[in-house]
Order: sequence, then structure tokens, then C-alpha cells
Amino acid sequence: MDDYPIVAEYEGGSIILAQFDKLINWARSNSLWPLTFGTRCCAIEFMAAGASRHDFARFGAEVARATPRQADLIIISGSINYKMAPVLKRLYDQIADPKWVIAMGACAVSGGPFFYNSYAIVKGADHVVPVDVYIPGCPPRPEALLYGIMQLQKKIRAERNYSAPKSK
Amino acid sequence: MSQDELISRLSQLTEGVSVSMGPQYVTCQVAPTQLHQFCKRLKEEKDLAFDYLISLTGVDMPEYMTTVYHLESTTHRHMIVVRANTANRTEPILPSVCDIWITALWHEREAHDLLGLKYENNPDQRRLFLEDGWGFPLRKDYSDPTRIVER
Repeated sequence: MDDYPIVAEYEGGSIILAQFDKLINWARSNSLWPLTFGTRCCAIEFMAAGASRHDFARFGAEVARATPRQADLIIISGSINYKMAPVLKRLYDQIADPKWVIAMGACAVSGGPFFYNSYAIVKGADHVVPVDVYIPGCPPRPEALLYGIMQLQKKIRAERNYSAPKSK
Repeated sequence: MSQDELISRLSQLTEGVSVSMGPQYVTCQVAPTQLHQFCKRLKEEKDLAFDYLISLTGVDMPEYMTTVYHLESTTHRHMIVVRANTANRTEPILPSVCDIWITALWHEREAHDLLGLKYENNPDQRRLFLEDGWGFPLRKDYSDPTRIVER
């Protein structure tokens, strides 16, 4: 409302902003394009979720873009090495706002089977980038990945970018 | 060649090599000084013709380090195992076999990267996977408090 003081001044102006918010959130949640980022076994389940039996194109992820400039979601499927962590951070920074992150699989959630006694695996992708949705599983079934994408859609629809004051 | 023929043939090949039947394949225990000559003969003798180095693995033992070579012949289709121990763990050096089998270049780089085994006459002793300042993670006494959560 602070961004659009003129609209909010009129009676019922905040209703317009709330509907605007709903429209924008609907558009964003139903057209999430993921970046192709699979480092390990979870990438196979990601590919299976994109293939014809469980299809994530019907959830809006029509293309998995290879370039971060045209993606808005990064699904971290697989374990992140200490060597890969700066690469992941750079790709995350290159995605334009608004962007979301799904951590898929036990390795991306917490280091997974490599939590103990491993010298090379980062113990969870949220040490590197901020994560919105965590999907457990080793690897999670494609249906679990689709459920995770649906939860992310629910989270996006609950955002209030234009109709609530920005926290100062 | 059958296992028994291999045992008798290999025992005659070089002095000081002890050949015996291992759990699965004929195993030869070689001293580091004779390793290169022994391996060269293994490749060049017509009835042995071990031209395929399947793998070169480093092993970390309490007092010394070992390298295990798995060799196969593509013409005669027999497989043997060759083991060579280093003198101690502080200076683990072995002769390189990369002039006999080129694939040993990369295998020796990996053994150097993860265990610290050094191979003389290997022209390319860089690390393979890890960064330069890293220790040798596959040694039994490796500890890294920032990265490893012990259990």
C-alpha cells in the first residue's frame, strides 16, 4: 500500500491491490520454470517427474531452462560438494527476482547419508542458498516432487507483495 | 593360462617376487625396486601379455602403504593381482608404471590426491579432484573438524 498510495487513498482501493496481488501470485505460481540443476541421483527422479507419466508441465513448469536468466525456480536435486557450493551460489545469484528454491532429496535437505564422516559434502543446501521447500526422500518419488512443487505454489499464493505494507 | 601355470610362470620371472594364490586371483608381492622391471616383463612376455591395467588402488596400512594393481590380458584372458608395499608411511614412494600402461597416469594422480602416495617418474603429479591445500582424506588418521561430523 505504501507503493501505491494513490490507489489506496480511495475507498476500496486496497481491494484492488489485493486482487492485483492474487492475480500476480496466480501467474507466478502457475508458471514456475525450473533451472536444470541436478548433481546426483535425485536428478533421475527429477527427469522422471518431467517425463510423460508424472508430468510437471501440467503444473506450469513447461520448460526446464538451462540458463538461470530465464528460470525462476532452482530445484537442488542431489548432493552439493564443497567444490560445487560456489557454483550453486553463483547460479542462484544470477536468477532474476522473484526466485524460489526447492531442496529435493536428503542430501540437499541436510547432507543425507553423508552427514557423518564425509569430508566433501555440504551438510544441507541451505548452508549455501535460502531454501523455500524441503522434500525429504532418498530419492523422493516423482509424486513427492510434484507435491513439493504444489506446496511451493501454495506458498507463493500466500505472498502479499502489493497489498500489505512492506516491513521497514 | 590356468592359475597353477601362472603361479609357476610368474615365480620364474623375476627374483624376489613371492607368488601365491590369493582369495580370487594369483597375487604377486613385489618389492618397490623390482616393480617396474616386473611389470615391464608382464606386459612384454608373449605368453603373459598383460596389457590391460584394470585398476591401481592405494591402501593405507598402519606401518606402510600398499598399491594394488589388477592386471588382465586381453589376448589370453587371465587376471592377476600385483601388490607393492612402500617402506614407511612418512615417505611413501613407489616407481610409476605410467610408461607401461598409460592409464596409470590418472590412477596414480588419484592415489596421490586421496592418500598421498608418490610415484616417481610420473610426469603429472597434480591433484585430481581436491583442491591444493587439502590434506589426504582417505588416510586413516585424517581429521577435519570443520567439515567432518564424526560418529
